[in-house]
Amino acid sequence: MKNKKRARILAGPYLVWAVAFIIIPLAMIFTYGLTSRDGGYTLANIASIATPEHSKALWLSVRLSIIATVICLLLGYPLAYILAHMKSSKGMIIFIFILPMWMNFLLRTLAWQTLLEKTGVINTVLSAIGLPTLAIINTSKAIVLGMVYNFLPFMVLPLYNSLTKIDDNVINAAHDLGANGFQTFIKIILPLTVPGIISGITMVFVPALTTFVISKLLGGSKILLIGNVIEEQFTQASNWHLGSGLSIVLMIFILFNMLLSAIFDKDGEGNVI
Amino acid sequence: MSKKLIELNNISKSYGSNIVLDELNLYIRENEFLTLLGPSGCGKTTTLRIIGGFETPDTGNVLFDGNDITSLPPNKRQLNTVFQKYALFTHMNVSDNIAFGLKIKGKTDKYIRDKIEYALRLVNLEGYGDRMPECLSGGQQQRVAIARAIVNEPKVLLLDEPLGALDLKLRQDMQYELIRLKEELGITFIYVTHDQEEALTMSDTIVVMNQGYIQQIGSPEDIYNEPENAFVADFIGDSNIIDGIMLQDELVMFLGTKFACVDTGFGTNTPVDVVIRPEDVILTPPERGKINGVVTHLIFKGVHYEMEVQAGGFEWLVHSTTMFPVGAEVGLEVDPFNIQIMNKPASEDEEAVSLEE
Repeated sequence: MKNKKRARILAGPYLVWAVAFIIIPLAMIFTYGLTSRDGGYTLANIASIATPEHSKALWLSVRLSIIATVICLLLGYPLAYILAHMKSSKGMIIFIFILPMWMNFLLRTLAWQTLLEKTGVINTVLSAIGLPTLAIINTSKAIVLGMVYNFLPFMVLPLYNSLTKIDDNVINAAHDLGANGFQTFIKIILPLTVPGIISGITMVFVPALTTFVISKLLGGSKILLIGNVIEEQFTQASNWHLGSGLSIVLMIFILFNMLLSAIFDKDGEGNVI
Repeated sequence: MSKKLIELNNISKSYGSNIVLDELNLYIRENEFLTLLGPSGCGKTTTLRIIGGFETPDTGNVLFDGNDITSLPPNKRQLNTVFQKYALFTHMNVSDNIAFGLKIKGKTDKYIRDKIEYALRLVNLEGYGDRMPECLSGGQQQRVAIARAIVNEPKVLLLDEPLGALDLKLRQDMQYELIRLKEELGITFIYVTHDQEEALTMSDTIVVMNQGYIQQIGSPEDIYNEPENAFVADFIGDSNIIDGIMLQDELVMFLGTKFACVDTGFGTNTPVDVVIRPEDVILTPPERGKINGVVTHLIFKGVHYEMEVQAGGFEWLVHSTTMFPVGAEVGLEVDPFNIQIMNKPASEDEEAVSLEE
């Protein structure tokens, strides 16, 4: 009984925090999202996702997030695999790899803007050595690049975790039973890292789906993702009701993804960061 | 005598500056149950991994049926391994674990089904095919690991401390099961353990190893009754190891007293190690013993009493069915044929290390 009491006291500060900054804002979003300006309940804000403008932004967000997630997986899996099997200087590589994460997210994205600009660093170098210049700033490609750059570590860490959990002797056993390297990978390593893959996908897909900073800085004003649409409703259009309604739609997408991840990732590979 | 199936010639292996195996030579005969026995770090597991193909020796070669397989990868070798802690595929059920090797080899479904059934029956796990490994006890997982290895009909089964994680009773049951399996399958077993009782129970041949060197190769009876050096004597069972001087053939002096023995050929006045098993020490009333002493400790062990006796400046370990209370004065006597005489180790590498078990 005494322990229970103590736990309640210790949990107090966080409870206050959670109510003030999580529960109340969430309730407000639902209230705004499900009401109109005149105060009556309505589903119109949520239904407005079906308008061509909004559904196009959502579809584009989903598409770019999936592309970015797939690229992260293809880049991240081999990297995680190499890291997991390195015997020495592993710490150094992980350090270099995580280093950018200590820099501000906005700064990193702004840096890419400078690099990719028409007269930016990359193009200056390219034209100096006589190569054709790139025109990817303010395109979907630049947005995907920004997503991959920012979210790759969130893919690699859960993969690395699930790879290091595989006992060396399990892989030895597969070889011992006649499997070559490729067969061992497909039949043993890949299935055993499914929790890590799912958790990596979630951790890249969710922030990519909701981002509005990357698309704003690297996509210019022409490309609108669902995050930008929602942001506009709050900042420029001052239509909190519509903004909240669209947020709820996005939340449903994310909850669905989380649900998938919870089913596959029972060991909590994603709980690394 | 059956023919040599595996030969290890001049195998050396080191990790950095740590020499694990030094010029090791060993052969294993067909249908032999051979045990590599020694304390941790003695090189027994490395030897097994070299035979299995998971390590490549720095020097020397491995012959299998006369062919050099030193650099052949494990998936091309005609042997299978039962790993420490089983190393089951946790994402597959028992049947799929057992079928893994057969599927890789492209066997027919019917063949695989029959084999799974046969293997499950062999290890007493009928009806467990659909279970996942995590739902099985340690002993059952061990049986699955054995079944998974033997369905591939290897010529040799390598076992790396397979019973290490099991409790005592289960371990003893599994020892009998392994002997039965070995007899039913008629294949060669190479078994690694640090447990001397396991080695004595199951093996045809025991190879005692320490610090990368083979200390003795022999049958369990040879190893126990005629240890070649103090290390083996100390590692296999309990022993009293006493400094002595071989005065002449069949006469040794230790603790200031002359004892008759049966060993010859050590020369005269040669320093030796005298080894006497605790069960070979005879306790008598003080006036009839060769040395007199006092009982300092007494423990009841079930089959016998274990006593420590301070006598002649040495603390003797004695196993006896007759009890003498602590503080009792006793005489000690040893029959000549129970006194083992050993040369002092020539090099430091062979030196007996004190073993904490």
